[in-house]
Amino acid sequence: MTKPKVAFFDFACCEGCQLQVANLGEALLDILEVIDVVEFREVMSEKWNQSFDIAIIEGSITTNHAVERIKEIRARSKVLIAYGSCATIGGVNGMKNNFELKDVRQYVYQEKAEFFDTIPTRSVPQVVNVDYFVNGCPIYPPEFIRVLKAALAGLPYHVPDSSVCIECKLNENICMYERGLSCAGPITRAGCNSWCVNNGNICYGCRGMVSNPNENGFKAVLEKYDITVDLIMNKMNMYNKCREIK
Amino acid sequence: MGRNIKVNVEYLTRVEGHGNIVVNVNDGVLEDCKLEIVESPRFFEGMLRGRSIFEAQHVTSRICGICACGHSLASIQAAEDAIGFKPSDQTIRLRKLLLHMENLDSHLLHIYLLVAPDLLGVKSFVPLIDSHNKVVRRALRMKKTCNDVCDILAGRHIHPISSIVGGWTKLPDEKALDAMLAYLTGMVPDLNATAELAASLKFPELQRDTEYVALVSDDAEYPLLMGDVGSTDGVRMNKKDYKKITNEFIVPHSSAKHTKLSRESYAVGALARFNLNYDKLRKEAKEIAAAVGMKPKITNPYLNTAAQLIECVHSLYEAIDIVKSFKEKGVDHTEAIVVGLNEQKRIKVKAGIGVGAVEVPRGLLFHQYEVDDKGIIVNANCIIPTGQNCNNIEHDMKKLVPEILDKTEEEITLALEMLVRAYDPCISCSAHFLDVKFVR
Repeated sequence: MTKPKVAFFDFACCEGCQLQVANLGEALLDILEVIDVVEFREVMSEKWNQSFDIAIIEGSITTNHAVERIKEIRARSKVLIAYGSCATIGGVNGMKNNFELKDVRQYVYQEKAEFFDTIPTRSVPQVVNVDYFVNGCPIYPPEFIRVLKAALAGLPYHVPDSSVCIECKLNENICMYERGLSCAGPITRAGCNSWCVNNGNICYGCRGMVSNPNENGFKAVLEKYDITVDLIMNKMNMYNKCREIK
Repeated sequence: MGRNIKVNVEYLTRVEGHGNIVVNVNDGVLEDCKLEIVESPRFFEGMLRGRSIFEAQHVTSRICGICACGHSLASIQAAEDAIGFKPSDQTIRLRKLLLHMENLDSHLLHIYLLVAPDLLGVKSFVPLIDSHNKVVRRALRMKKTCNDVCDILAGRHIHPISSIVGGWTKLPDEKALDAMLAYLTGMVPDLNATAELAASLKFPELQRDTEYVALVSDDAEYPLLMGDVGSTDGVRMNKKDYKKITNEFIVPHSSAKHTKLSRESYAVGALARFNLNYDKLRKEAKEIAAAVGMKPKITNPYLNTAAQLIECVHSLYEAIDIVKSFKEKGVDHTEAIVVGLNEQKRIKVKAGIGVGAVEVPRGLLFHQYEVDDKGIIVNANCIIPTGQNCNNIEHDMKKLVPEILDKTEEEITLALEMLVRAYDPCISCSAHFLDVKFVR
């Protein structure tokens, strides 16, 4: 049996999610035994011009050229996996959409602004059809392995649709609200094992919002601790700004 | 008739981010020689405006996944400088530990996965899994060790969690210190084997004397987190004057924004640090330098990779010493903080401008923030090492190409790719690159 042909591609991003894959250590060799990586620009010079069984996409779509490129990759791929916040929900690149495009280009590139092709940031599923999602900034390696296994077996993977708070409580963390702080955990999609709160920080919402957040419950929490909705919305748009684009 | 050579490497591989190499030799005369940066601009400096200084490092670590800790440390330093906060001695020592782990991790990735395939004549590390299985396993094992230590210290290596403006949201307990020490000491044999391997590798020849720029200081420690900015041409300035170091300028033949100091270009990175601060390296690192035959001033840019290896040894032993010192003196857990967006005003904030200057794997990184009296960012500027090296790389390419004109185009292309890769360029850090040329 021939091994499935797998390729990694990056768009606008920090490439940290690819590194999470490289960081698997010797476990990476086990994965390489069952797949045939045919293109992975960051670590390989080889290129592949045929079709892919699986294309793994990192980064968000921020230029016209990227729109064409992702469509071309989609057309050549049986299965497409979006991995990392930039790909799945637009991620930090979406913050650009808080500003007028003209303003943000001028600010960074001044008189040379016109040299830079840029369009409002979009996530990968806002441009092409996506088969599997690995959320997070960066991706949570155990989840990546679960998704890859599902994709190889042709089985569905359901991203958890409960809030980070559930995992956080199972981990017996003290609630950040109880500690006098605000946290995006109540409305953020679980699946990271409450990574940031376990390490003493607040949740920044990098996995995107749950599809049906308990709005009233959350409002009650904010009222109880005297926190404005604006503060939370501002925090959430660090990763989730792209939600506004239909 | 002289030769006509055209090199056009689109999407240079085994580097971080997207770049092209363009060389055009017409009738034996080098007409064009460029490193084009085609990374999609991400506008970080523009996006930071209006955000709290307490979330700046969270955002800016996303500039780069490979040196996320370095960006976050430069960002924190700039933020604390801007609001007038002085971190504790314990906080600084832990930050140094984090920086050592990042430099070690990043250098190892570069040496093994990105450069070694060139020196062994293959296109990636994948064929090495069969031909050099032990070496590949060693590389992955060491990388994982660095990550495991970062996991314990900061939650993870990519986009660290617990290192924030003001200090740390969690501090290592006895068990964590023991675990880090076991990981670090366990790495010594693998690193020794790496040094032996490196001593046997042959790096290409190219000599071009340039100005090297790195942090310098008057104390005995190899400066990575603190100090002034110095150069091998004798410049020394406070980090606040970083704009007088970088002198960004636009060149007429392209829309490229380059940097220069005393001459036409300068270099930052492991080789710059080695050339400026060799005396302050640990003796274990100097032994490796002797084994590979290196002593300042080294002017072969390909040897940046060897300088990275020397720094690996330095960083590993420094990291071990830091953890040991915490085991002896203990950790003051009352210092643990969590401030969120500082909505409870746990840290005093004032308006101001702050600069962070940190030696990250690829060289000197600057962050500068201007904040208002509520701690909201008004202006931001980030100057990354690769941005500073771009101009120097082009000057190296211009020196190299005429020396190798008798070689095949394939060999010339490989030599150029290897040259660019030697700098370990991190193009995805293109917070504000102007080196983009779209129209030919």
